[in-house]
Amino acid sequence: MKNFNFKSAASTKEASKLASGRATFLAGGMSLIPALKLRLAAYSDLINIKNIKGLSGIKVSSKSIKIGATTTHAEVASSKEVGKSIPSLSILADGIGDPQVRNRGTIGGSIANNDPAADYPSACLALNATIHTAKRKIPADKFFKGMFETELKKGELIEAIEFEVPEKSSYVKYPNPASRYAVVGVYVAKFNKEVRVSVTGAGNSVFRSKELETVLSSNFSAVAIDNVNISSKGLNSDIHASAEYRAHLIKVMTRKAVSSC
Amino acid sequence: MVSLIGSKLERKEDKRFLTGKGNYTADINLVNQTYASFVRSPHARAKINKIDISKAEKSPGVVKILTGEDLAKDKIGGLIAGWKIVSQDGKDMKVPPHPPLANDTVNYVGDHVAIVIAETLEQAKNAADLVNVSYKIKKAVVNTKEAMNSEAIYEGIEKNLCFDFLLGDKGKTDEGLSKSDKIIKLDLINNRLIPNAMEPRASIGDYNPSSEQLTLYTTNQNPHLTRLVLSAFSAIAPEHKFRVVAPDVGGGFGSKIYPYAEDAVVAWASKKIERPVKWVAERSESFLSDCHGRDHVTHVELGVKNDGKITALKVETIANIGAYASLFATVTPTYLYAPLILGLYDISAASCNVKAVFTNTAPVDAYRGAGRPEATFLIERIVTEAAKEIGMDQAEFRKKNFIKKFPHQQCLVHNIDSGDYSAHLEKALEISDYKNFENRRSQSSKKGKLRGIGFSTYIEACGIAPSAVVMSIGAGVGLWESAEIRFNATGNVSVFTGSHSHGQGHETTFAQIVGDKLGVPIENIDVVHGDTDKGPFGMGTYGSRSLAVGGTAIAKACDKIVEKGKKVAAHMLEGKPEDIEFKAGEFVLKNSNKKKTIGEIAFACYLPGQFGEVKSPLPAGVEPGLKETAFYDPINFSFPAGTHICEVEVDEDTGETKVEKYTAVDDFGTIINPMIVEGQVYGGIAQGVGQALYENGHYDESGQLTTASYMDYTMPRADNFPQIKLGFTSTPATSNPLGAKGCGEAGAIAAPPAVMNAVIDAVGTDVSMPATAEKVWKALKKNPSKKAAA
Repeated sequence: MKNFNFKSAASTKEASKLASGRATFLAGGMSLIPALKLRLAAYSDLINIKNIKGLSGIKVSSKSIKIGATTTHAEVASSKEVGKSIPSLSILADGIGDPQVRNRGTIGGSIANNDPAADYPSACLALNATIHTAKRKIPADKFFKGMFETELKKGELIEAIEFEVPEKSSYVKYPNPASRYAVVGVYVAKFNKEVRVSVTGAGNSVFRSKELETVLSSNFSAVAIDNVNISSKGLNSDIHASAEYRAHLIKVMTRKAVSSC
Repeated sequence: MVSLIGSKLERKEDKRFLTGKGNYTADINLVNQTYASFVRSPHARAKINKIDISKAEKSPGVVKILTGEDLAKDKIGGLIAGWKIVSQDGKDMKVPPHPPLANDTVNYVGDHVAIVIAETLEQAKNAADLVNVSYKIKKAVVNTKEAMNSEAIYEGIEKNLCFDFLLGDKGKTDEGLSKSDKIIKLDLINNRLIPNAMEPRASIGDYNPSSEQLTLYTTNQNPHLTRLVLSAFSAIAPEHKFRVVAPDVGGGFGSKIYPYAEDAVVAWASKKIERPVKWVAERSESFLSDCHGRDHVTHVELGVKNDGKITALKVETIANIGAYASLFATVTPTYLYAPLILGLYDISAASCNVKAVFTNTAPVDAYRGAGRPEATFLIERIVTEAAKEIGMDQAEFRKKNFIKKFPHQQCLVHNIDSGDYSAHLEKALEISDYKNFENRRSQSSKKGKLRGIGFSTYIEACGIAPSAVVMSIGAGVGLWESAEIRFNATGNVSVFTGSHSHGQGHETTFAQIVGDKLGVPIENIDVVHGDTDKGPFGMGTYGSRSLAVGGTAIAKACDKIVEKGKKVAAHMLEGKPEDIEFKAGEFVLKNSNKKKTIGEIAFACYLPGQFGEVKSPLPAGVEPGLKETAFYDPINFSFPAGTHICEVEVDEDTGETKVEKYTAVDDFGTIINPMIVEGQVYGGIAQGVGQALYENGHYDESGQLTTASYMDYTMPRADNFPQIKLGFTSTPATSNPLGAKGCGEAGAIAAPPAVMNAVIDAVGTDVSMPATAEKVWKALKKNPSKKAAA
């Protein structure tokens, strides 16, 4: 790890002000610190945002759940309100990494990083989330731009993520046996007027499957999926899974997700 | 007194390990210490045009940067292959030079180019980034099967062939095959494994210019041999001025048996700068530069009669030994492998041809089981296919072919002294509830899962090894072991062993032997190992040899103590030595109530005279002191054996395999501490299951290691396992007085074929190892007849 300045911000304003030059925000650090240690990344300044009041916490209404950016995965997983309102979201949070990661890692960090195999981005897309920053509200559909790329501008800090509460939903992933990241993770959410299906792990960034959404919107059942053709075109192919296998797993995971809704 | 041998004593060493008080090489920090970072090759194969250190040298905190050129100037020798193999044409094997820092070529990703030494680790790393190496990249040779058809990596080593080895009689084997009713053929891959010891390698060189003594602290299973090799071949320092300390070592599995380039370089560098030089591997360095294991491509043919009798076995293997021939790289795929292809079956004709090839990959050397897992995998896979082909039950087919009379001279090399193979098979059938397997299969099917069962009846050759035998077939050293028992005047005991514990629990097991032999309470016994300045020259720990060979040396040293004690006791008790009986720590004069404890004898040996009331004269001709040394050279290998039965469930949707049931019944001869042995079996099975289902060291076409971290290299985890059921049978070894056979490698040897046979049974078609989910899914797609009921 190369040396850096460690600064702590007391407010989002201060955080944005400090984030100039080769600086970046530090929340749980569960992706950032390993990258620094491996010398894959180097910054002049790390701006700690964990001390900013109001950036952590869960607010539940009948229509949505709003989760503060520095809320840890463990907090989401153990929240009774989340468990009652969107159980699949607590299940997702409970399946991220290991206990150490869940106790340090944050939802804002996960989304800002947009790892192609991360879990939370799929929840954002399927649950039609809105990403709140100090300056604006960004719909999830416009937020995830590509591998490790988001709509966030330099120095723009996520404050909260607001998820719509669906009628029912489920998240099922096939974990990479080595890293336990999703080889393929599918989030299915059924709303009054639409079904949203998002896929993580399979492409260079999280995406929605229009084919699956169309089929499930007219017939929300596991058997409906059998006739969907998922193309392997554009899907990741690596030592863990070929694109063809990933395409197959998308169907299998969707079937499981719909069955467990 | 209750016998300590056979009791489940808690490990003496666990207190310090579990409370974080172990003393590992990385825990050692010396005054005035510097830190090293190695510049490594990013290319699999390249010529070094130029190494420019001018920028790096000016980087803050840099003390010294050394390259292969400096090494050559100082006439530091290369690393060696310790076992000479002769090819079937009578020619010696061919090995390239292996300089600890590259001279003009690099030959695998991670190969050592330069050492950067600085005041802090961060400074060393920053400067290492500034070392500018200009390479001319060449096409890498990566694929095991294709290596012989690729461009030669080294001048003078045609076809990249290290040796073309043959064991057995090819003519007789072909005759045996032709007399069979059926010839079963298989093409097998034994996947490349990366050892992943919990503790990464580390070394500290510490040269003292005043005494001219060089000390190397290192993560090593074999400190004396490391000193010998680095002295005799690398000329780092003369043996008598060179101390190697291998303190607590967190796992080795064979990957720490030998000295590495880093050991040689930090030791030499410390001498040059006259300051301690410390290097600790990062995990990614471990992946790249620890010696890997296995990596065989094998074709095997087995002849069987219709009644199930095996007539002959023919094996052809290409073994990838990586870029250089590491210390045990040449013996592992030959003498540790070829004799074992027969398994525990009575087969009268067999041959094994092994072509060892160089590739631009990390060197491949011994890894838990070393040769024997490769042999067991092929024989247990093909025996399983043969039984299916003949239409015989897996257990019956094996029983029909088991060796039944002992000693048994096999047609290749080994003379097996003892065993009862039906005993462990029967016990395993019972524990695994074999008779109800088909019920379980249909239960699984109802859940939509495919269930399969796999057998592995294995044998291994351990207790390595009779020196005269191994030296006659190319070993560069004898494989005896040493021990020294030192009584202190106050009656407690220090035991010095040439074995090295890096997880095996020697401090407990060896103390149990000494406690039983000498009647000393176990808390008064200290087992000392891992320091060439303390104990006698030893040969280290690998090949499940420590108890059978090292333990025997300890037992023999104990016998010498008792022998001397009898002379002293006889004198003190006014009797004759032959009338003294030693039992439970007491020397008793026959037909009398006169006795002396061993503590009193030790005291007398150190205070041989009269001091106040205490009168303890020694008999004439007996030297003072109570310390005995013994060297033990085994008369034969030992042959542990056993039966492992695995049941798996395969998810046909994802191809994922889950081990549902695992039974292991092993015959290790005499067991000293059943708890430690059970731990060894569990760990070995975990590694074996890892090889079968998860682990795979993978290089891409350009020679980049694509599995160089835990993000990509799949280690088995606790949630991959059911509760493993263990059982034991015992036919003590006749080759050592303890009757011990060795247990450390058994699990890793037996498990891969047990698991793979189960997967293939479930899937109904061949799957190569490791049976990853995608491979199984693809196999099922090809064989859709195997559908679960649901």
